[in-house]
This record gives sequence, C-alpha cells and structure tokens, in this order.
Amino acid sequence: MSTAALKPAPSAADVTRRPSWKIPLVLTALAIVAFVFFGALGSHDTATFGLASGGDFVQLPALVVSGMVAGLVTGFLLLAIAGWSLALARTGSTLPTWAIVLFGVLFVFGFLAWAVSGGSTPNISLTGLLKGSLILSIPLIFGTLSGVLGERSGVVNIAIEGQLLGGAFSAALIGTMTGNAYLGLIAAAVAGALVSMILAVFAIKYLVNQIIVGVVLNVLVSGLTGFLFGQVMVADPEAFNQPPRLETLPIPLLESIPVIGPIFFQQSIIGYLLYVVVFAVWFALKNTRWGLRTRAVGEHPKAADTLGVKVNALRFWNVTLGGAIAGIGGAFFTLVSVEMFTKDMSGGRGFIALAALILGRWNPIGAALAALLFGFADNLASVLSIVGTPVPSQFLEMLPYIVTILAVAGLVGRSRGPAASGEPYVKE
Amino acid sequence: MKLELDHISKAFGDFYANQDISITVEPGQIHSLLGENGAGKSTLMNVLYGLYQPTSGRILVDGTPQTFTGPGDAMAAGIGMVHQHFMLVPVFTVAENVALGAETTRGGVLDLKETRRKIREISSRYGFDVDPDAIVEDLPVGVQQRVEIIKALVRNAKVLILDEPTAVLTPQETDELLEIMRQLAASGTSVVFISHKLREVKAVADVITVIRRGRVVGEADPKADPTELAALMVGREVHLNVNKTPAEPGETVLKVQDLAVTAANGQRLVDGISLEISGGEILAIAGVQGNGQTELSEAIMGLTEGRVTGSITLDGKELVGMGTHQVLRAGVGFVPEDRNVDGLVGAFSVQENLVLDLFDTEQFSKAGSLNLKAMGANSAHRIDEFDIRTPNAQAAASTLSGGNQQKVVMARELSRPLRLFVASQPTRGVDVGSIEFLHGRIVEERDRGTAVMIVSTELDEVIQLADRIAVLYQGRVVGIVPADTSRDVLGLMMAGMTQSEAAVAADAHGPTETTAIVEEGGVL
Amino acid sequence: MSAQDQMIHREKSLLQRIAGGSWLVSVLAILVSLIVGGILIAVTNEDFQEAATYFFARPGTALGAGWTAATEAYLALFQGAIVSPDSGFLPLTETLTNATPLIMAGLGVALAFRAGMFNIGAQGQITVGAIFGAYAGFAWHLPLGLHLLVVILMSVLGGALWGGIVGWLKATTGAHEVILTIMLNYVAIKLLDWILNTPAFLRPGETNPISPIVDKSADYPVIIPGTRLHLGFIVAILLVLLVWWILNRSTLGFTLRAVGENPAAAATAGMSVKRATFLAMAIAGGLGGFAASAQISGTEHVLANGAAGSIGFDAITVALLGRSTPWGTFFAGLLFGAFRAGATNMQISTGTPIDIVLVVQSLIVLFIAAPPLVRTMFGLNRLAKGPKPKAPKPTTHVAEVPAAPATVGAHAAKGAGTVPDAADAPTAVDSPSAVDAGPSTAKHAADPEPPTPPGEAGPTAPETTEGGSK
Repeated sequence: MSTAALKPAPSAADVTRRPSWKIPLVLTALAIVAFVFFGALGSHDTATFGLASGGDFVQLPALVVSGMVAGLVTGFLLLAIAGWSLALARTGSTLPTWAIVLFGVLFVFGFLAWAVSGGSTPNISLTGLLKGSLILSIPLIFGTLSGVLGERSGVVNIAIEGQLLGGAFSAALIGTMTGNAYLGLIAAAVAGALVSMILAVFAIKYLVNQIIVGVVLNVLVSGLTGFLFGQVMVADPEAFNQPPRLETLPIPLLESIPVIGPIFFQQSIIGYLLYVVVFAVWFALKNTRWGLRTRAVGEHPKAADTLGVKVNALRFWNVTLGGAIAGIGGAFFTLVSVEMFTKDMSGGRGFIALAALILGRWNPIGAALAALLFGFADNLASVLSIVGTPVPSQFLEMLPYIVTILAVAGLVGRSRGPAASGEPYVKE
Repeated sequence: MKLELDHISKAFGDFYANQDISITVEPGQIHSLLGENGAGKSTLMNVLYGLYQPTSGRILVDGTPQTFTGPGDAMAAGIGMVHQHFMLVPVFTVAENVALGAETTRGGVLDLKETRRKIREISSRYGFDVDPDAIVEDLPVGVQQRVEIIKALVRNAKVLILDEPTAVLTPQETDELLEIMRQLAASGTSVVFISHKLREVKAVADVITVIRRGRVVGEADPKADPTELAALMVGREVHLNVNKTPAEPGETVLKVQDLAVTAANGQRLVDGISLEISGGEILAIAGVQGNGQTELSEAIMGLTEGRVTGSITLDGKELVGMGTHQVLRAGVGFVPEDRNVDGLVGAFSVQENLVLDLFDTEQFSKAGSLNLKAMGANSAHRIDEFDIRTPNAQAAASTLSGGNQQKVVMARELSRPLRLFVASQPTRGVDVGSIEFLHGRIVEERDRGTAVMIVSTELDEVIQLADRIAVLYQGRVVGIVPADTSRDVLGLMMAGMTQSEAAVAADAHGPTETTAIVEEGGVL
Repeated sequence: MSAQDQMIHREKSLLQRIAGGSWLVSVLAILVSLIVGGILIAVTNEDFQEAATYFFARPGTALGAGWTAATEAYLALFQGAIVSPDSGFLPLTETLTNATPLIMAGLGVALAFRAGMFNIGAQGQITVGAIFGAYAGFAWHLPLGLHLLVVILMSVLGGALWGGIVGWLKATTGAHEVILTIMLNYVAIKLLDWILNTPAFLRPGETNPISPIVDKSADYPVIIPGTRLHLGFIVAILLVLLVWWILNRSTLGFTLRAVGENPAAAATAGMSVKRATFLAMAIAGGLGGFAASAQISGTEHVLANGAAGSIGFDAITVALLGRSTPWGTFFAGLLFGAFRAGATNMQISTGTPIDIVLVVQSLIVLFIAAPPLVRTMFGLNRLAKGPKPKAPKPTTHVAEVPAAPATVGAHAAKGAGTVPDAADAPTAVDSPSAVDAGPSTAKHAADPEPPTPPGEAGPTAPETTEGGSK
C-alpha cells in the first residue's frame, strides 16, 4: 500500500490568523470619545462619589474628583489600552480579557465623572449605585439562567418574560393567601416551571416552532395574570395581593466590609440563592455527567441519542428547571422589590435576560455578568436622572438593547450558540 | 459473539424497507452487506442498533432473543456502530465524546482520566494516533472515524457495524480502514461492513450478503465474479458504459487561470488552479470530497463566500466578479452537488422549480409579473422531454424520488442554450435507470458543442463520462490526464501524487487492493 | 447569532406548520380557546366563588352562577363586536376599525414569514412609523388629500426604515432577526419616550408626554358617518390584494418565497438572498407603517406613549392564525378586531377584564400551531384514519412493488413510501400525531412504529421510492 505520499490534511490550526481590526478600532474610537468629551470638553466642577454606608468597619471618605481631570486621565489610559490593542492586532494577536474589562471599567468611570460633575447635584453614592445595580440585576440573572438551561440543551426560551411574570404573580398570590413569603417563593418556582412545561410540551412533543411558543406564551401569561389581577386581586387586595416581604438577612461580619458588604451581604434569601444558582449551573454544566449530556443534547442530539441519552426527557426537565429558576427571579418583584403584583410588572426584563444570554455567549457566568451590566445601565439611568445630567435617561435605558444588537451583528465578537438550539429532535 | 437476525421486517407505513431478512454473523467474521443506495441496508442496521423497532422478526445474541428499545440496549448487548454521518459532538474533545453516555464520575464530578487512559490504550493497540484532548471538529475526517471506532470499542463492542465507512475516505485511507477491520476481526470482534462499493467488499469480506429492495437476494463468496455480484446487487444485467463517440473539441470555451479561493479564516480552498475546456468535450474533475471541487464550481458560478483571485473566462469574458445571476445569463448551466440543498426548493411545485433561475426572463415574466401560462407550457414540455415521473406539474418537488428530482434540475439547466454546463455529482443517490438517462443527456449536450465540466467523487462516473480527467488534491490540480488512465494511477493521484509519481508507485507496488478488481472484472 | 442553517430549518418547519393544518383545526382551536376562556371567567366570578363554598351541597348553584357569568361576558363581547339591541350594527364598524391596523401589521408579519423570517418587530415598526407620520400630521400643514397621503407615506417610510434596519443587519452580518426585532422594539419604545419630551414633539403647555393633535386634513375620512370606521379599512383591503399579488403573481414574490423556503437554492438560481432579505423586512416594516397611519390618522389623532398599543404583538398572532396567507390574515384580523371591540364592551358591562382576550388569542395560536393536540382532543385521528389496520402482513406489501406515494392515502400523498436508507434516513419533521391517538395505538410487543409522514421535511426530505410514481 502506498501511503507514503499522503500529506496531512490542512487543519484549522495550520492556517495563519489574519489580524482582526474590528475590536482595536472600536476601542480606539471609544477612547477618543472619552478623551475629547469626558476630558477636554468636560466640566471643571467636581463629582463626589460616596463610598461609605452605615455599618461599615471603616468609614471610607468620599471620593471627590474634578470632572475634567478624571476625564483626561481616564481618556489617556483608554488611549493607551487602545494603542496597545492596535499594536497587538498588527501581529495578529488580541488583547487579554482583563485589559478589555479594565477598559470597560475605566470608560464607565470616566463617563460617570463627566455625567455627575456636569449635573445639578454632583453627588452620588457609589455603593448605592452598585447595590442598586445588583438588585435590578437579580431577576435578570435568574431569567438569563433559565435561557442558558434551555438553549444549552437545545430549546430556545423566548418565554423568560412569561416565566418571570408568572413567578411574580404566584408569589404575590400564594404569599398573600398563606401569609408566608417562603411559600410564595416556592409557588413562584412552581409557576415558572409550569410555564416552562407548556413550552417544553409544545416544543418537544408537538414540535411547534420554539420561537412561536415562546412569543405566544408571553402573551398568554400576560393575559392570564392580567385577567386574574383585574378579576381577583383588584377586588380584594388584602386577601390576594399583599404578600409579606422576604426579609433581608445580613451576613454577620461580611456585611460590614466597606463597599462590598452592603452590596453583596445584605440580601434577602433570593439574593443568596442567586450566588448559589449561578455557581451551581456553571459548575454542573462544565463538570458533571448531567452537564456533559446537556451540552451534547444541545449540540448534536442524535449523537447523544445513539449513546443512550434520553434527549427529549433531558430537554424537558432542563427547560422545566430553567422555568423554576426564572420563577424565583420573578418572585423578587413581589416579595422583595414591591410588596404587590401589578399588571405586566416584569416590564420586558425577560427580553433583557435573553439579550444577556446572547451577550454572555450562552455561558452561565458570562450571561450573569452581562445581566449585571444591564442592571447597572438601568440603575445608572435612574440615578443620573436624579443627579440631573444632560444625558436623557432613555438613551441609557436603550443601552442593553443596542449592545445586544451590536453583539448579534458580530461587532462585539462573534456569538456562536449551541448548534442544535431551536431544533426539535425527532426520534426515527 | 454470534449475532443472528431472524426474519426481520421493517415497515414504514405501507412501505417495507426490510422484508424477511435473516443474517448470521459469526464471531471474528467480516460480514459484508452489499447493496445499492436505498436497498435497505442502513434501515436494517438501525433496527439492529435499536434505533428502529422491527415490525416483525427477532434479533438473537449468542442464541438468546433480544429486544432493543434503544441504542443503549444494543450497546449493552455488545453491538457498536459507526454511522455514515459521524455521531460526534464537534465542539467536544475526543475524551468527552467517548465518555458521553457512559460517564464515570467521582463524587458527582465527571472523571475523564479513565476515559483518556482507555483511548490511549486502544489508540496504541490499533495504531490510531488519536489525542484524547483534541477537539473533534479540528480533526481530519479519517481520524474522526477512528474516534467513532474507539467509542464502540470502549463500550466493549463485540460486533462493530460500519455503515458506508469509506464514502469520505481517499483510496489509501480506505485501505488503512480495511486493514483495521482485519485487525479487529483477528482480535475476535465481528465486523458488519455495509457498502455499495463492490471492490472494497470483495477485498475484505469473509461473507457477502447482497440486499436489494429490502430483501436478501443472495449470499456470495468474496471470490465470486464481480459481474455476477453487480448483477445480483442491481437486479439485472448492468451496462453502465455510456455510449459515446470520441469527442470533437472545438474552440476553448472555459479558461481558468491561477484561480484561488481563500476562506475567511485564511485557508486556501482552491490553490492556483488552471485548466481549459473546449466546446464539445467533457472534462471530469476527480478527487476525494473536500479537495476544492465544490469551491471550484462555486467560483465559476459566482457563489463562493471566499475571496476569489485569478481569472475565469467564458469565451474570453471574465466571470470573476460577476454575480450568479449574470453568470447564468452568460450561458452557464449548473447542476449543484446537493440538489436538495442547492438545486431545488422542495416546497415549490415542479413547475416553479423548472423556472427557478429563469422566472425573471422575458419568456416567463413581464413587468415584474409572472407569466403563469408560459410556466405551465414549459413544465408540460420538460416533464415530457425528460420523462419526469410526477403526479402533475403542481406537485411539490420534495415529493419526487431522487432520480426525478435530479431530472427536474437537469431539465431546467439544459432548457436554454448553453456555452458551458457544470454538473456536480450529477447522479448521486439516483437510481440506475435514471443514471443512464442523465448520462445520455450530458453526452448529448456535449455533442451539441457545449463545454461540459463534470465534478464527481465516483471514479466510475468520471471514467465513463470523461474525455479528459483533472484530478484535484488539496485545492490544486495534480494532473490532467486522458480518460483511459488506469484506476490505480487515478487513485494515487487523488491522494496527492503527480501522474508520474503515481505511475511509478503503481508499477512498483502492484495494484492496490481496491483497484485490483478492475483489471479482473472490468465492471464497476 | 450564528447557527444560520438551523435557523433556516427552523423557519421551514414553521412555515410548513402554518400552511399544513386544516381549516377545521382552526375552527376547533377557536372553539376550545373560547371555552377555556369561558371557564376562566366562570370560576373567577364572585357569585361562583361564593356558591362554590357550598359546592358539594348545591353544585347546581355554583355551576349556574359560573354559566351565567361566562355567557353574560360572551354575550357582551358579541354585542360589542357585531350587533346589539341598542346600537344595531354599529359595533360591527368598531370591529372593522379595530381590525384595520391588525390586518395591515399582520400582513407585514405574514410577508416576512413567507420570506423565511420571523418578524417580531411590528411593534417597533409601528412605533417609528407613528413618530414619522404624526410629525408630518401636526407639524406640516398641507392641503386636504395631499396631507393624508404625506402622512401615510411618512408612516410607511418610518416603518420601512425600522424593518429595513433588521433586513440590512441580517443580510450583511447574519444576525438573527428575532433578536434584532425584539431589541429594536424596545429601542423604538425608548425613542418614542424620549422624543415626546423634546420641544419638537411635546404639545405646548403640556408636561405629560403627548404630541399636538394632527391636522384634520391628515385624517382618514370616515366612511360611515357617526362611526369611527375610516378609509383605512379600504386601504387594508387593497393591501391584502397587493400582498397577494406580490406573493403569488410577481417575480419579487417568487424570489421572496424561494428565499424563504430554501435560501441556498435561491442563491444558486441567481437570486440575491441579501437583497430579498432586506426587501422583505423593509416591505414588512412598511406594512407596519400603514398600521401606524391607521392609528395616527384613523383613531388616535395624537402621538403618545404606547402609540402602537399591542397591535404589533397581536399582528403576530393574526399572521399565525391566518397561516401567513394574505386572505387568511385578513379574516384573522377581523376576528381579533372583533375581540378587541367586544372586549371593551365586555369590560364596561360585565366588569370582565379585557385581558381575557389575550388569553383566548394566545390559546388559539397555541392550538393551531399544534394540530395533533386539537385532533387528539376531538378524536379526529380516529375519524380520519378509520379503524387502525392490524399489523400488516409482511407478504402483502412488498418493497419490490413500486410503492406509489400518490396512491397510499393522505400521508403518503405527502411523500410516504419512503426508503429510509443510506444517505438520508427519514428526518421526519411532522409530529408523531399517531402517537397521541390514544387507544388506537395500544402497545403490544411487535407493534410497528407509527408511520412518520416525512413529507413536510422539506429540503431534508428523504428520497422517496425510486421510480415511485410510475
């Protein structure tokens, strides 16, 4: 046999990477914007950032910076990072992740200094801003994890909005009727799971297009909760719509760490559950038998099937689990944020969660970070409107959507979802 | 392990894909299932692997009847399968793919150490050279196939089913696979080798079972006369030699010069091809799938997503830079390699598909409005001319058989005056009767003075149709040779040797196994 | 989002599902949804709940109370939508008025569907169309006739712009339109929120975000005096005809449908998929813009937050119920228009929250999307198939007989008689409806798997028997 002449087939690794200029150019543009607008054209007034809160070990002094100086310094640093990335791009390599994160943090700081110093009351509490961001992110993160569980196992979950809303409604209803917030929380998980089960049944058993089911389910849940709200809750709020609050459970000692304590360790049970669930989903997807099978089912269900994995059962339960998680996120609205249910109170956050899922590239940690970013933008919008800055709050509120559009358009790196996501699996 | 299929039947609705099939596979035997595409071989194996439930009949392992409700049961009984389309998760590592479904865990956490050890062990035993931590999608096709074999062996398969395993391999890779099969058999593993390629089956099988139209039509000795086997397989005496007169080439019509197609990731899919085709001749492009043929024809048609450099001229007119629409209008007919993906809109009617690239011509439309009358007349004419078997012109193309679908595509492309006709895999998955018809039409088009380019991975088709043969390897033309070049030489060229190297090698080593039969039998 | 191929397949099965069901299923789906809605109204009714406390003592009272509540609500719905003793057929004009923007926007969703795209962005397209149209309506003062024309054109331009962005981004970057349209919906809402606070749009002397009233010359003329029914309804009918012509008779429609069904084949046939993608979304957006004009110049006459109402989302259900055909969309639009008109009356006269209509609408679409579920509910599987034959004897059906797909009954007509071999085993896409047929598939050991009708599998369809239809 003459195999000597066989040459190895060219593999992807042999091919030289062509330098990508997209990210360096975007960074450069942002850096110039920061330098010019936040720095050179910035305000001469100062911005004050409060860092302290009541029970800290040490009362940190407030950070006072001049808008223009802060803008120039951050602008300069940003230009340096952008320059570095341009230099790297010439050799075909890219920035390390930490540098991109640093870029983001610096840019945001420059923006804050500019926006706050230009405001009528140039004084915000940084701790409060961050804490508020986390709070606003909580339902988003639960929702986005629901999306992660669905899509990683091959079911597109557009019904996150419905799961959040269903959870919020059930938590309020059952919480009020039983007088027990924890029972409300469980009811929320069950409601979210039920919404998910409808999605799963229609998508997996009846092979209905998953996007259709998702869209229609959102309408269904909105209609159902709206109807019951109008028909039952409005008539007798005391009996049906005054749920007890889930109390804050500060963690001793940890809560007194300056800045970090108030942000992370003065949460309700839902907040602590969040840390656990994010880590658990991430770890389990990566390192357990369930995770391996889930990923396989989302990428190549037939391969999994030929190895004896029950594709549709696994999908069904994963989607259901996701719904339960999103339901808990929904409970946050009625058991922590405000102690009552109102119509359509999830207000499109399910779709922001979907956006976070894509921006976080279907990775639980990434999706959670993206959700945090969106929560930050949301909170910043309201904080800045109080400060009285020139930026219309609507534009900050748009940010998550615009960023997501840029992300799916491939301007912020290429997103690649699970290959079989949205594909029903039909056993022959 | 002795495996018996006892009077197995499998029906889909009223249609019987398998009918009363009985087969016995002895331990350590290489048992070949030989049959045409669509004969029911894969259905049978899917029954055996638990993917389908048999309509009637029994499966016996070492004499004990078994019921397989899913692949898990089959695996537990010692049956492993390498599917024609690999069942590998592309983004997983080799180890993850092998572990999937049979994971070992420690304290709930996945433990891939043991899996890696097993992979290395099997890999070294059979000389596979597979890295457990490589990502599968980065591996060449031949190596992916070995991962599939490892998957089965890790699960202690005593019977290994290989479903058309050589379809994606070079002749030389095929020889390596045959050697692996022998090793497996020698170590006691039975191999069920499913193929429609007579030469390979004859080279390796201990027993050959021939299947036609869902039934066993005979069991044959590997030493049987290939002509007989072929006749058994297709059900009648086959005359696959195309009746054609020697070509009378006219002026050069297509001229390709230094053509290169570069993918977005920088890979050179076509790497400097130059060739010419004259009017009235057929140039066949031979090569193993994935060596630039697809990209070459796409570049001509203005379809490629890669970056094209070099020049393609049609009667002196530059085609590079033109859109597909302009290329078609310039007088190029194109039959894409996968008709279901590129050639037809399945949900469209036959009538609509017959004008898929002509609907906006003056003949079929006026001022943006379709001329349904002209479309109807056209379809009636083509259906008659090409003997397209369809209930009526309004039937959706997807309801037609493969052969008739291909006729729709051909009829459309040959229904207008052409300068160049490009056909990729013109008869893939097409029944024998239609193959003859389609080959006849291609030769007819040549005789009309059209330049014809046939892209085919089937050496038989290449040899039958070609006036000249260009062999592609890794995006380059390794040689353009006359149609009467020996299979041996062509096979070696398809693996990257130049014609002279190949000729020397072929002489020195004698005919390779898979090509040897040609000289004996001369058929297929 | 990558995974374009998957998306293509996703849309395929979607379209085929929409087109594949029967009208009987639609009617039954509507019926079941109304019943479910009625039950909801009944059990949440106060009288019913009161009576339910002694349900087991006197079940009749509770059931009676529930029945009364549901029938009263539906009667009010009917009277608000079609005809009532007090106002005659006046409610019918309200139905038509409500249906007008639904039909227009529904056509936009349907057209995009046919081109293989899921346009969830009607909401955003209407919103932006309304911004454009309203500005032309109150800021420009033009002669009668011309003014309305300009307002319509501006609305269409705004909608087409918002839809076109999606088409352009999808065509150039491959971004998925579902995500793009969802995100752009919210961008449009925020944009409207912001723009209403700018001096150019804010009504002088107002602090609430609301625009000046558009000129009278910018209004659609009322067709029947004393009602709100305006010329926009006639425009909607004309649009139905136009979209029908585009889809079924024009070369553009041929291209759009080909791209929608199989973009790869369309490209190979020389069609520009990118151009088709852009055009389809721009036209879809433009149709959304028409709906915006129906709002601005037809019923609302001002621009305010929530200018699009829920029309954009209702339009999706309208298109789905109408199976993405122009006339189907028209009738579905009428039905949902009737729901909207009737629900208002129902809320006023019986206190039943209007949201019940959302429940009924979404249930209808869910049921229609899953015909096997409806068929199972009504036992249609058994009716259609008759008694299931015993497991066929192997000898009676031989593969050698060219099984003619066209002659083996309903399923076969769609391409059964498949050789599930070699290259492509049946990648059946249709739901395994027979599985749900209840008692008819009693399991016994050698029971054959139910036939999988693979006819709907589209380009992945397995090859049918060679020479099958001889």
